[in-house]
Amino acid sequence: MTDPDGVARVYRQEYGRCVATLVRVLGDIDLAEEAVQEAFAVAIERWPAAGLPPNPGAWIVTTARNKAIDRLRREAAREDKHAQAALLHQPDEPREVGPVRDDQLRLIFTCCHPSLAPAAQVALTLRLLGGLETPEIARAFLVPEATMAQRIVRAKRKIKDAGIPYRIPAEAQLPDRLPPVLAVLYLVFNEGYAASTGAELVRADLCAEAVRLARELVGLMPDEPEVAGLLALLLLTESRRPARTAPDGTIVLLPDQDRTLWNRELVTEGQAIVRACLRRNRPGPYQIQAAIAAVHSDAPTAADTDWAQILALYDQLTAVAPTAVVALNRAVAVAELHGPAAGLTEVDRLELPAYHLFHSTRADLLARLGRRDEAAAEYERALELASNEAELAFLAGRLSSVR
Amino acid sequence: METTMKQYLLSVHGTYDEQLPPDEMQQMFDDVGEVNQEMADKGVWVFGGGLTHPSDATVVRVEKGNPVLTDGPFVETKEQLGGFWVIKADDLDQALDWARKATVACRAPVEVRPFQEEAAD
Repeated sequence: MTDPDGVARVYRQEYGRCVATLVRVLGDIDLAEEAVQEAFAVAIERWPAAGLPPNPGAWIVTTARNKAIDRLRREAAREDKHAQAALLHQPDEPREVGPVRDDQLRLIFTCCHPSLAPAAQVALTLRLLGGLETPEIARAFLVPEATMAQRIVRAKRKIKDAGIPYRIPAEAQLPDRLPPVLAVLYLVFNEGYAASTGAELVRADLCAEAVRLARELVGLMPDEPEVAGLLALLLLTESRRPARTAPDGTIVLLPDQDRTLWNRELVTEGQAIVRACLRRNRPGPYQIQAAIAAVHSDAPTAADTDWAQILALYDQLTAVAPTAVVALNRAVAVAELHGPAAGLTEVDRLELPAYHLFHSTRADLLARLGRRDEAAAEYERALELASNEAELAFLAGRLSSVR
Repeated sequence: METTMKQYLLSVHGTYDEQLPPDEMQQMFDDVGEVNQEMADKGVWVFGGGLTHPSDATVVRVEKGNPVLTDGPFVETKEQLGGFWVIKADDLDQALDWARKATVACRAPVEVRPFQEEAAD
């Protein structure tokens, strides 16, 4: 989309910040969203002729606030008690106000409150902080628009009815409150990264949005190493996107990727963050995963990969996040370091019958051991469980190679 | 947002048929007593109490225009409402802080639900 007047760019950069500040000023999410949208509607009319104001974010916040106050005054005059109450908080003379950085942090923590379901946290974050429209979010998550609209309406109602506060949690609450925020950004990114057909463009946008929000979060919480770790993980994963699909759209796995296609700028930035995290020495799951990605990024070819270091990092990850999926990835590192038989022994200790990557990993190890019939059976099982079209095509290719 | 006090229901969902040993039961009563006292001291406590066995319940419902009585509980499930608090709090986070103390004290999951706002007058 061309954007000669810069309105779309300002919208993308400033929407979340402006909504966040208006939520604090007006005490109501719906009112804040409507006011910011109204202000952007005025901007679309005025800016092409008048040019961008010196501080577009402040212009939007001020315009939105004045619009909202005008509306509240009209409603208060009709004896709307809620509007009268909201007006009590407003100073009489509207002066210019700009977005406040802390407001954005407040809004992130409100959207990702643990009392909201993860699907609702994701939807609210994209809508309120990312400025994505409900139909866009619905398409990105492959759910009907009505379902997504209802999810957002319910989540907003819960925030209001249950009294979910608009506040940055105290230091002592961060261990409970920060993980869902990071999980939402990671989920948004992965949803976009899990490739595929049809909605591909929307989905690449999700990755960009997750990276943008992670950057904002690093700026807002510079002392939280896991926030930096998440950003590094996203950057290093994103750096491989150009090598991740073949021209015909099929998936290219890490060992087979053309590493000259990796985005060096993102690799350099991600690795620098990982080094800073190591110096800080307060490791956590996102930092360790980022470190693993950084080791891969260091290897000019797959054969140069330092698997001993990767295995050591997976051991560390297992200690802080002992999940079956981590154990599966650790088994892959074991296979690279000690051979497919050793890897298979590790895989066979796991119980992940419904996870397609469990079966495809097992199939790969069996194939490398020359046990082709068993490998074929495992690829078939993986095919039954996978849903993503690019993955299905990949697994079908593997299946025919062992038959 | 606005800082009007809201009321929250903290309901305790327990299993009646797996009783704690007597000394642990006594400890639980003591712990719950402490939470009650703290709620009272902080001006948070509105009402609360424990309920007797669910089989003591009677259900009343209208059938064909007349109230009909049946043996309770309303739904036969393993977990039943065992007791509850009604508290006042500024916001959900405050209510959840009390629920954390409550679930530790009564050794059972606690559900937090806001009451509907009373009509402004």
